[in-house]
Amino acid sequence: MTTARVGHRPPRSPAARSGAAGTAEEAEARALRRRRRLRSRLTALAFLAPLAVYLGAFYVYPLYRNLDLSLRDYTVRSFVAGDAPFSGWDNFRTVLDDPTFGPALRHTMLFTFVSIAFQYVLGLALAVFFNRHFRLAGTLRALFLIPWLLPLIVSASTWSWMFNSESGVINYALHLVGASPVDWLTSPDWALTSVVIANIWIGIPFNLVILYSGLQNIPAELYEAASLDGASAWQQFRRITFPLLRPVSAITLLLGLVYTLKVFDLIWIMTKGGPDDSSSTLATWSYQLGFGSLLPKFGPGAAVGNILILIALVFGLLYIRVQRRQEA
Amino acid sequence: MRKPRRTLITAIAALGALTSVAACGGGSDSAGSGSGSTGGTYTFWDPYPQFDASSAWGKLVAKCGTDAGVTVKRTAYDTTDLGNKALLAAQQGNAPDVMLVDNPVVSTLVEAGILNKTSDLGLDTASIQKNIIGAGTIDGASYGVPIGANTLALYYNKKVLSAAKVDPASVKDWASLTAALKKVRAAGKKGITFSAINTEEGSFQFLPWFWGAGGDLTKLNSAKGVAALTLWKDWVDEGYAPKDVLQNTQTTSWQEFATGEYAFGENGTWQLGNAEKAGFGYGVLSIPAQNGGSAPVPTGGEFVTVPVQKDTGRYDVSKKIVTCLTNSANLLATDTTLAYVAPTAAVQSEQVKADPALKPWIDAVASARGRTSGGLGTKYPVISQPMWTAVQSAVSGAKSPQEALDTAQSAAGKGTS
Repeated sequence: MTTARVGHRPPRSPAARSGAAGTAEEAEARALRRRRRLRSRLTALAFLAPLAVYLGAFYVYPLYRNLDLSLRDYTVRSFVAGDAPFSGWDNFRTVLDDPTFGPALRHTMLFTFVSIAFQYVLGLALAVFFNRHFRLAGTLRALFLIPWLLPLIVSASTWSWMFNSESGVINYALHLVGASPVDWLTSPDWALTSVVIANIWIGIPFNLVILYSGLQNIPAELYEAASLDGASAWQQFRRITFPLLRPVSAITLLLGLVYTLKVFDLIWIMTKGGPDDSSSTLATWSYQLGFGSLLPKFGPGAAVGNILILIALVFGLLYIRVQRRQEA
Repeated sequence: MRKPRRTLITAIAALGALTSVAACGGGSDSAGSGSGSTGGTYTFWDPYPQFDASSAWGKLVAKCGTDAGVTVKRTAYDTTDLGNKALLAAQQGNAPDVMLVDNPVVSTLVEAGILNKTSDLGLDTASIQKNIIGAGTIDGASYGVPIGANTLALYYNKKVLSAAKVDPASVKDWASLTAALKKVRAAGKKGITFSAINTEEGSFQFLPWFWGAGGDLTKLNSAKGVAALTLWKDWVDEGYAPKDVLQNTQTTSWQEFATGEYAFGENGTWQLGNAEKAGFGYGVLSIPAQNGGSAPVPTGGEFVTVPVQKDTGRYDVSKKIVTCLTNSANLLATDTTLAYVAPTAAVQSEQVKADPALKPWIDAVASARGRTSGGLGTKYPVISQPMWTAVQSAVSGAKSPQEALDTAQSAAGKGTS
């Protein structure tokens, strides 16, 4: 991602070089050069084509379709007939006026930022911990990857069982320590917290792996020098680990952000956004509109999806800006 | 300044890719119609992924194709998935030749203009019970043949009730049911379980109580609707029903009842097979209305439909397949496999002859209503979603039943006006 910067080449201007005389030899050489350049350009194009086709078919076209869906007044009839009238920003207006929009946006932000904060802090702590190379560190680290390896449907269903208010193991544990049971998934006050807890658990391995690999790149001499200077473990972390880990942290946080913004399956499996929309995010709401009832509302559903993409894009641009500043 | 020429090339390449994609999109229209009307392959979709090709149902579908002189390619989808899949397929111009869909989806598909009228196809629906075919009837025309019907009732656990000294015959209205739940609770057992999940299943389970209070789907927030929702909320608040009803599907609700801890479980005809295996004595009560008598229950079950095709020559064979699937002998076999009640009086009487335990269910189906019946059609989904949301809000304690249903009514009113 950081290799995009290209050095300035001298300007190519054959006209300037050929200059005065236009001898036959020179012309032939020029033609040959041109042909060679054309061939190399065609080769370059051929190498480029698969990627371009892939990007077009799987990124540009779906995005275009989604935008198109959100700008037309689709009913089930016009969806099938393909003659939905253009309606401008009507779908966006409907969505923004909907009483669900405010809470959904708030839940999305809460879900994303609380999840990321905990995932990052816990992931970093574990990464530093495992960087000490004690015995069984490898095995333990592998065990920590399990949340990442499990299919989401499995982990989400498992969390949903554990959180069950009647027979869940978490309430049983609370009962053992004498606390009163909590309606994790069925109380509007707890539903969002519950899905955030599950999502943090799922996200830790990702943070752990990337931050751990970032730690490997910090030269050991720095720590040696620091300990010779008498720096405490905390000072070493504050002055060496954390600053040198900043680029890796930035990309981890950005990827986590984009990934968490669009989390849908986990919430859908655990609460379906309920009860009373108390855990609905933009992602689940978009699905709810498009596919959640017997009469699909594709237009508003696509509009919510586009708003979500826009939010992700803003954070992406923010990242690029921060990165530019760091490089400069 | 980053090599403008290369950027240009990329742009052109991307454009080329796009046009080729567009070309693919245009070409796929003809792919769906496949081979001509003589022989060939006919596509068939149903929502029964639990039955594979070797099951009785799978074999019946294949045989009906062979009898009509064609090969049937059967694909089974999840019920909730099938409606959207059908819409997408119709948009691409490759809808299946014959499709089994859940009854409330029929009106949506008709609204989309992708189903044929049974009268246009020349299918005979005269012998089908009016209230069962009602869910697939829009503006007086029917758009499918029901393969069978199911509905809801209260299963009860004989052991739990006798331990709590409750006589099931005493449960005649809401007050006596609540009194029974209180006794069961006092005896240290659990009261009742149902499904109040935020999907169509939740609405399906709530409707007997809503209608049993005399509620009207076009006025969700009437006093009658509020009474029904208050009943559910009070049960949960008093601990007569578990809080996790909010997450229960009808399957998980059944699993709770099957633990033997619960006195009552609201569930459907299709659980009869499991009830035999539950390992305790059970009985079935019809769901009581608020002031006594049986509450009207919603009909469940699928319709056999014939989606619109470009090649109208295919309808003759499709019709043969539908007729084969819905003739009396096959209906009996199919409805026995699915534990459904047959849609015709003749087959129903044979079902009772084979299994007298089905009698209360056949009576319940006879007094059941289609969710999309009575001119509601595609207004039903727009009402149903706010309704299940209201059930969730009130039972979870986020809003009072009145507030929850007021919100629901204004959302439904916005959608149906």
